[in-house]
Amino acid sequence: MDIHEYQAKELLTKFGVPIPRGGLAYSPEQATYRASELGHPVVVKAQIHSGARGKAGGVKLCRNEREIEEAAESMLGRKLVTTQTGPAGKLVSRLYIEEATNIDREIYLGFVMDRAAERIVVVASAAGGMDIEEISATQPDTIIRVQVDPAVGMQQFQAREIAFGLGVDPEIVNKIVPAIMGAYRAFRDLDAMMVEINPLVITKEKQVLALDAKMSFDENALFRRPHIAELRDKSQEDPRETYASDRGLSYVGLDGDIGCIVNGAGLAMATLDMIKLAGGEPANFLDIGGGASPERVTKSFRAVLRDKNVRAILVNVFAGINRCDWVAKGVVDAVKELNITMPIVVRLAGTNVEEGRKIIDTSGLTVISAETLAEAAKKAVEATKKAA
Amino acid sequence: MAIFINEKTPILIQGFTGRIGTFHAQEMIDYGSNVVGGVTPGKGGTSHLGRPVFNTVKGAVDETGAEASIVFVPPPFAADAIMEAADAGIKYCVCITDGIPAQDMIRVKRYMRRYKKESRMVLTGPNCAGTISPGKAMLGIMPGHIYLPGRVGIVGRSGTLGYEAAEQLKALGIGVSTSVGIGGDPINGSSHRDVLEAFEADPETDAVLMIGEIGGPQEAEAGMFAKEHMKKPVIAYIAGLSAPKGRRMGHAGAIVSAFGESAAEKVEILKGCGVTIAPTPSEMGSTVAQVLGQVRKVA
Repeated sequence: MDIHEYQAKELLTKFGVPIPRGGLAYSPEQATYRASELGHPVVVKAQIHSGARGKAGGVKLCRNEREIEEAAESMLGRKLVTTQTGPAGKLVSRLYIEEATNIDREIYLGFVMDRAAERIVVVASAAGGMDIEEISATQPDTIIRVQVDPAVGMQQFQAREIAFGLGVDPEIVNKIVPAIMGAYRAFRDLDAMMVEINPLVITKEKQVLALDAKMSFDENALFRRPHIAELRDKSQEDPRETYASDRGLSYVGLDGDIGCIVNGAGLAMATLDMIKLAGGEPANFLDIGGGASPERVTKSFRAVLRDKNVRAILVNVFAGINRCDWVAKGVVDAVKELNITMPIVVRLAGTNVEEGRKIIDTSGLTVISAETLAEAAKKAVEATKKAA
Repeated sequence: MAIFINEKTPILIQGFTGRIGTFHAQEMIDYGSNVVGGVTPGKGGTSHLGRPVFNTVKGAVDETGAEASIVFVPPPFAADAIMEAADAGIKYCVCITDGIPAQDMIRVKRYMRRYKKESRMVLTGPNCAGTISPGKAMLGIMPGHIYLPGRVGIVGRSGTLGYEAAEQLKALGIGVSTSVGIGGDPINGSSHRDVLEAFEADPETDAVLMIGEIGGPQEAEAGMFAKEHMKKPVIAYIAGLSAPKGRRMGHAGAIVSAFGESAAEKVEILKGCGVTIAPTPSEMGSTVAQVLGQVRKVA
């Protein structure tokens, strides 16, 4: 789960990471008021769940009230398209107004869950301001990586090694070390999956400040971090995904026209692959999970049909804990209840498969049956082409 | 012989008396697994499904001689249950629970390192369908009847995709020695590589089908192991060819966040390691059959 920059900064500052003064604004008037509290010049920053906002016009340095108003008006209520948002962009409904900083040096500081090391790893580079992929590609020698032992946590000396490795003055080291330690503790104590401070700046006045901050959290740990769960901003999500996740379905929206309802994440991915290989384009990933009741199947149909590009639906269920007859009943109920007229291809396998197929075949509905995954994908692609 | 479990392995159910634990314990008993008891803290001294219930894993191991356990404990308490099993001397543990925080799993892995490698518990999962040695024992939640006993090992992240593979093999008359689910989480007990190592050492396994997916370094690492240390052929399918970068596809670990983690990149790496690739998910069975045919011709 991602959060906004201003939220990440509020969290990090509680752990001792220094941040510039700033405040939130929902309107141009609030923006100018915030700026009057801070003193000009200020930076007006669009709050969306994406990096690369600066290049997209979402971060503007403003010297006076008029510039602040103009910047706020140009951002609020609009969708900002960055290299990370996709062509649809993301809605800007709040701005963060921050005091401007005299930057002397920019540093990259990141914390990730490293899957190979099975530890939290700190990544730092003297080439701040660029994204980490760019640094890895152009200046790999500047990257410092430090692993944290989970038994004892990060130690001061590790933070000092990073700071000296970045080549900063000794007096600055004493200011960077608490920032690194603080960001680490925030990662650990809040069950983050990623913390990125890019850039961490050293100002001309020799201050250390987190100028931008990104945090992403482990969704499996939200049960014990209710104050983090509250920071979720649904306006930044794909509405199709919000609808599905509110109903306990694991859904990812894609760009194609074949809706998919599958049990199990791996089988769902394989089903999308099979559709692609058969010459079609999947509209979504959807895992209905184990023990799916007929109601859950109907819910899945509703979720898939919210995508107006869908022209055919492929149901692929390999029942282990599931039962094919339940799934089949769910399909029949959904088609009747939602008056679905588009082609539906159903492939059932596993527990109670005969009973399941019988329910489909005797339902009087024109549902297309398939025995194998390959056949199901082929039939779904053909049906979509016919419907076009 | 199979790997990890056979018909004799004494099995303990952690989270025995809950709804899910009860249902699957009964399924395992019906399959023929040697379930010797279960653990539910506070219910020790009672009996469930005709087996004794214990308060602690240690107590259960002392009393029953259990060697393997399966964890159905809810996510907030699952890491604790795994560490309890490791400390009680359980040799092989399967964790079914989906939704364990990643930092809990980091702690589990670090905790297990306090035991010497020879005496350290082997953990598979979490967030997996479990392990089955067909015709011998089932330590999981899979439909046992789709697996034919035989000599092909299966290791995979996904439950249902593993079922798909087992069914394709069965349709071709090919049986399975053991099928191991390693789960869809970013930090898991055993990697693809660890399970390949166990299959390579198993005299009853002739070839291994590895079912991977996007995200993480484990498939590439397994490929290197196959190239350098394995005589048995490895066949692989990698799910998620059409998954967009940076999107989590259901499994907590199924996300492309670094170079080499996409399906296409993993396929290239594995090909370079001499692993035979099943080009589509519906050709997992036929690709295994083809490779077995070649092995037999050579022999």
